Amino acid sequence: MHALSVAELSVALRERRVSSEELTRLFLSRIARLNGRLNALVTVDEERALASARAADRRLARREAGPLTGIPIAHKDLFCARGWRTTCGSRMLADFVAPYDAHIVERLEAAGTVHVGKANMDEFAMGSSNENSYFGPVRNPWDAARVPGGSSGGSAAAVAARLVPAATGSDTGGSIRQPAALTGICGIKPTYGAVSRYGMVAYASSLDQAGVFAHSAEDLALLLTAMAGFDPRDATSVERAPEDYGRALNAPIAGLRIGVPRQYLGDGVSPDVARAVRGALDTLTGLGARVVEVSLPNQRLAVPAYYVIAPAEASSNLSRFDGVRYGHRAEGAADLASLYRRSRSEGLGPEVQRRILIGTYVLSHGYYDAYYRQAQKVRRLVADDFARAFEQCDVIAGPTTPTVAFPIGRPGTDPVQMYLEDLFTIPVNLAGLPGVSIPCGAGEAGLPVGLQLIGRAWDEAKLLGVAHAYQQSTDWHRRAPPEEP
Amino acid sequence: MSAPAGWEVVIGIETHAQLSTASKIFSGASTAFGAAPNTQASGVDIALPGVLPVLNRGAVERAIRFGLAVGGTVAPLSVFARKNYFYPDLPKGYQISQYELPVVSGGAIDIAVDGSHKRIRLTRAHLEEDAGKSLHEDFHGMTGIDLNRAGTPLLEIVSEPELRGSREAVAYAKTLHALVRWIGICDGNMQEGSFRCDANVSVRRVGEAKLGTRCEIKNLNSFRFLEKAIDYEARRQVELIEDGGTVVQETRLWDPARGETRTMRSKEDAHDYRYFPDPDLPPLSISPAWVEAVRGSLPELPSAMGERFVAAHGLTDWEARTLTASKALAAYFEAVVAAAGGDAKSCANWVLGELSALLNRLEVEADASPVSPAALAGLVHRVRDGTLSGKAAKEVFEAMAQGEGEADAIIEQRGLRQVSDAGALAQLVEAAIAANPKLVDDYRAGKDKAFNALVGQVMKASAGRANPGQVNALLKARLG
Repeated sequence: MHALSVAELSVALRERRVSSEELTRLFLSRIARLNGRLNALVTVDEERALASARAADRRLARREAGPLTGIPIAHKDLFCARGWRTTCGSRMLADFVAPYDAHIVERLEAAGTVHVGKANMDEFAMGSSNENSYFGPVRNPWDAARVPGGSSGGSAAAVAARLVPAATGSDTGGSIRQPAALTGICGIKPTYGAVSRYGMVAYASSLDQAGVFAHSAEDLALLLTAMAGFDPRDATSVERAPEDYGRALNAPIAGLRIGVPRQYLGDGVSPDVARAVRGALDTLTGLGARVVEVSLPNQRLAVPAYYVIAPAEASSNLSRFDGVRYGHRAEGAADLASLYRRSRSEGLGPEVQRRILIGTYVLSHGYYDAYYRQAQKVRRLVADDFARAFEQCDVIAGPTTPTVAFPIGRPGTDPVQMYLEDLFTIPVNLAGLPGVSIPCGAGEAGLPVGLQLIGRAWDEAKLLGVAHAYQQSTDWHRRAPPEEP
Repeated sequence: MSAPAGWEVVIGIETHAQLSTASKIFSGASTAFGAAPNTQASGVDIALPGVLPVLNRGAVERAIRFGLAVGGTVAPLSVFARKNYFYPDLPKGYQISQYELPVVSGGAIDIAVDGSHKRIRLTRAHLEEDAGKSLHEDFHGMTGIDLNRAGTPLLEIVSEPELRGSREAVAYAKTLHALVRWIGICDGNMQEGSFRCDANVSVRRVGEAKLGTRCEIKNLNSFRFLEKAIDYEARRQVELIEDGGTVVQETRLWDPARGETRTMRSKEDAHDYRYFPDPDLPPLSISPAWVEAVRGSLPELPSAMGERFVAAHGLTDWEARTLTASKALAAYFEAVVAAAGGDAKSCANWVLGELSALLNRLEVEADASPVSPAALAGLVHRVRDGTLSGKAAKEVFEAMAQGEGEADAIIEQRGLRQVSDAGALAQLVEAAIAANPKLVDDYRAGKDKAFNALVGQVMKASAGRANPGQVNALLKARLG
């Protein structure tokens, strides 16, 4: 039962083959057994989960249930959920209990999902390995010595290990797609503005976008349909008619033009990853799609530009964590300056401090034009590249990551090397486009490889259609990591 | 006070006008003044993790009103920017303001000093949020933070450095103060901090083209302080330079108790605010249709109304400007003229004279006057038809102010009706001539004073009720 997809569980619930309470107990027992080793979830609330499961069962009994009623899920720990800690993986907020619900928490609750707890993450969503959490690293269910990716590593590991059938995440430069790829599951980052950021603790506001992890494209469509939609509380939320993201799941892909950027399968991609991605392209070709080569010439500028823009916004966004109103406050500070300095030095980890310093620097008087303004120009160039490529193709495909999951504490990893993990995902955030990662093969040591599909703005349904077509003729998405007895 | 001899004082003023919206600029919390600390601070105002700003349309509408009223340009696209600095009463660690692209550019304020007119150009006006308040006095060894004011909408209005001396500065501030209230965007309450001015002051020798080094003076919460602080600061700078020193660019604080300005922070201590466009707020787009709709809702502006008073009623420029210094006073004047059926000049005299003195004494606006426009019009009418002498009219006005009723009732009650009956007056004149032969002789010998004394005798005999014009004429005719 735990291996089923959300769509399959939904049918089982409505056919009364299982109750939500039974399902929730099943996943809670798996959490009890496996989470200690994986460290994927940092808050688990059995009592509240079971109470909402029973409420879901009552709705199921009254036949008032929607497709997500009674489905257990977890939230990345940067979505505020009333009454629970929202830690952002940081000492700064280790004891912060949110007094309100994020938009997506409200929406998913309204859709009847059962919220079991909160998932570990890189501190304030800064990281690509989930080693930057105050609550310790998350382990990859496929190999506990390896990282699950980040920053939504806890959500990805929890779904991959079937601790929950689905989990929310956020993606600023690849934080959903990269961990989805490294843990062998599906993840979607929607178009910027599709999902409200209200209640999602900000890392880099112009890039942050909420999304979701699950086991199939069909599941992503179900969940995204519940999460997305206009929210007047977020001025960057786009006012559009509500849409069914599953409407194109069964659309034929014959004649579809798949653009493969020549920069995406060259140097810098390990051979095992390249091989799996080529295999996936062959499968899609076999289904009638046509592969065309496209070019994204400014791609190489995306990572440097991202590491100006994102830290700049972060340096400002994280200023509110000052120890004055909530969060960690240093003891015995002598004056205001030392209260700030010590609270922030103690409360924020090294990677977060590094990015705040970078961001402060690039926004400083005399450097703004050379860095921030320049990076914004690059951002425009990157977006223009995509616009040109989409004149020749309908979707863009390539590897989600350059390699499979790497070892925790990989020796000799400097920050810049870690930043290059997100080489293929960052340009998508800079351009505000939707991106999906789906498992498409096994690489080195049998570890999962992710295929990234990138669409035009608001083309989520089309992307999910392509992914679904692929998953109808392959079973990489059904593979589960080995479980220790 | 005028500038020290041989020196010119150059001033630019930055004004923070609190916009009169019911809720804050980026949250739904109330902006009402005086609530218990932190009871009007929402999650957005205290900067909880995950909250986002949503722009208040009402604040934008008021900025548009201002832009149109001063003849400025309302930007079709303006940008909110973050001004980053740490302070406990700034919960987000940044203030949302506008930097490179403000909502209003240009425009001007026309001022008058000693009857001469001057146009003061505006640099810009931009929207921003206010910070909270630090309360240092109430907590021993600690600082209290009240975030009720955090997020209150402000329009920062920046003038060009075109003001010369404190009197122009005060005239500018008063005219601006009247305007923002006139167009209904700010209540102008200076005690509550709804209208705050900072003055940038520099001095230079007369004839010098280059501007001197300026100091910014803060904490000027009354027109009187504005004037005193500029005078003090100009004197300080002149003395400094004449003693061979140089002015250092800095921010100074006006200390009303000591009547001086003192250093708050020097340029070296100035923050690097790291302005950048706020990614939480899309650029503010204002359509031409919105601007036109706002234009249609603007009242007649004080300058236009003043011009109309001059043209239609023959008022002097000073009268017109003074009557249009407040919307309530202008409305009161128009109501008096309407009720009196003309005689606008007399109406203006009454409104600017006795009525204004009364309002000042009571410290109320014209719309709270104890003497209604209709009542004042009744009084004007009784002066015009000769029922009242000027002196008696003032007595009637005072009685009306005390709530003794309408003019006619007071006139009857107090027997103030003027004696204009020619026969009765002639008798009084004859009696005065008969009783004061010496005065008559003096007058005939060329002493004009004696004539006035005779008039006084007649007035006295009539208990002040004789029509003085008629008495004059009768005496003149009788004495030849």
